Amino acid sequence: MKEYNLESLEKFTNQVRRDIVRMVHAQNSGHPGGSLGCVEYFTAIYKVIMNHSTNFSMDGKNEDLFFLSNGHISPVFYSVLARTGYFPVKELNTFRKIDSRLQGHPTTHEGLPGVRVASGSLGQGLSVAIGAATTKKLNKDNSLVYTLHGDGELQEGQIWEAAMYASAKKIDNLISTIDFNGRQIDGDVDDVLSLGNLDEKWKAFGWKTLSCNGNNLQEMIATLETAKGLTGKNQPIMILMKTEMGYGIDFMMGSHKWHGVAPNDEQLELALNQQVESLGDY
Amino acid sequence: MKFEILGNKDTRSGFGDGLTQLGKSNLNVVALCADLTGSLKMNDFKDQFPERFFQVGIAEANMMGIAAGMTIGGKIPFTGTFANFSTSRVYDQVRQSIAYSGKNVKLCASHAGLTLGEDGATHQVLEDIGMMKMLPGMTVINPCDYNQTKAATIAIADYNGPVYLRFGRPKVPIFIPENTPFEIGKALLLQKGTDVSIFATGHLVWEAVEAARALAKEGLSVELINIHTIKPLDNDSILRSVAKTKCVVTAEEHQIAGGMGESIAQLLAISHPVPMEFVAVNDKFGESGKPADLMKKYGLHSSDIIKATHRVLKRK
Repeated sequence: MKEYNLESLEKFTNQVRRDIVRMVHAQNSGHPGGSLGCVEYFTAIYKVIMNHSTNFSMDGKNEDLFFLSNGHISPVFYSVLARTGYFPVKELNTFRKIDSRLQGHPTTHEGLPGVRVASGSLGQGLSVAIGAATTKKLNKDNSLVYTLHGDGELQEGQIWEAAMYASAKKIDNLISTIDFNGRQIDGDVDDVLSLGNLDEKWKAFGWKTLSCNGNNLQEMIATLETAKGLTGKNQPIMILMKTEMGYGIDFMMGSHKWHGVAPNDEQLELALNQQVESLGDY
Repeated sequence: MKFEILGNKDTRSGFGDGLTQLGKSNLNVVALCADLTGSLKMNDFKDQFPERFFQVGIAEANMMGIAAGMTIGGKIPFTGTFANFSTSRVYDQVRQSIAYSGKNVKLCASHAGLTLGEDGATHQVLEDIGMMKMLPGMTVINPCDYNQTKAATIAIADYNGPVYLRFGRPKVPIFIPENTPFEIGKALLLQKGTDVSIFATGHLVWEAVEAARALAKEGLSVELINIHTIKPLDNDSILRSVAKTKCVVTAEEHQIAGGMGESIAQLLAISHPVPMEFVAVNDKFGESGKPADLMKKYGLHSSDIIKATHRVLKRK
């Protein structure tokens, strides 16, 4: 396993959480809940797990690729891309503003380094990742492809077309993760449209499944490392990542209400008091 | 041009043969199909290049996403399914994962329009040109015979960007000489004339050829232009012709709304308004039947182009 400094990574997560609430507050628009819940995942893949180059090329040959399928959690994606060196951190200030590369949902259209496909309309990212993974095989490129999905997103039919394809065609250079926070815009996933037993569903579709607490950084990293060890065995891999929507900001946890709502000035201050500035605010 | 009939073949075979040729000449070309390999004439490619052929099953949305992803790393994916399933069924996937994402995917669509015939309106898409031309950055091509479809298939591999290539099921006359260069966005002048400009695309080009012959017997001089690329439209060729003839008939196997004629009308409304008639389907779904019977019933026959020409000349 690649060595890492846990303390330094935890400081990184503090700063990313500050970025998320500040970005969403600044434009009074965006999705803080899911973003906060996935900070450990993004920190793990971009700081520890993936072999990737911040000297961005769309083709990404001989490097690992990441696709964000649930594009609405763009704040965490943008913060981590900026703070790992894909673009200037101060550009986070332009999030959701006119003439920005940081669109509400990620896109290639304005040429933001680190983004390889537009996402926002849900359910499309797994298919795209399968395509990229297939091209890697054709190119004899042994790098891996990672995807992240929301749990509510699994209500889209295209996900299951892709799930079927990936196992039938033995796409085994793909590590997908579901942000299993149990919440979506209208409420709890179980109330909106229950997903049933997700682990059994993915197994029935022919995937190797793993699970972890996605808000425990060490466990997250260990699970992704385990997943890497399971690639190349004729089977796609799915991590069911249990997270808490709004994790790290106490009043944003415990409900679906902060899925797509921005904090006001007072709430921002409360939130920032819970996450220490470690790398300098943008 | 003499309009000699060089044979009789379906345009989809032009696609299949062009794709096989590309398989040999361009190692980055890959093909995906959603359970219609035979109908799309992709069997030769599949047999000759099995490692570059991807059968995705009856899951067109997934196929579009996979195609978008395959471009990352330099592949040039050609997707094959019916026109209806290449457009309306997967509009959001094409819009977000391919067009908005600027991916180099070639959407190859067979069985477009009424000439699909007996399967009926569920499969006879007549709105696909409109849907595809509305997407920013999408190139839309509708070739007219086997030779032009083959040439177009080969040409789009060298163009970097999303393309919608539309062709059809029935055997139709081959009349574009095999060595005719195919230039994306460049209209093909088939016959010079001075009385009326007829702009035709796809299967209606041959109908327009027949109409032009009949009109010549009436002493009328028809300028006949094949608009194989609907987007980007060849504005210069159209305006040059209209400056001379001062009236227009358009002909296509598509709804009037959203079609090639609409694109030309938009151009002329701004740059050179003239009387114009549209030979196309007028806000109706198709139905089962023999292709030739359907073309007559829905007003897409050469006789309809002749009538439209008479109407437009009266308005000139």
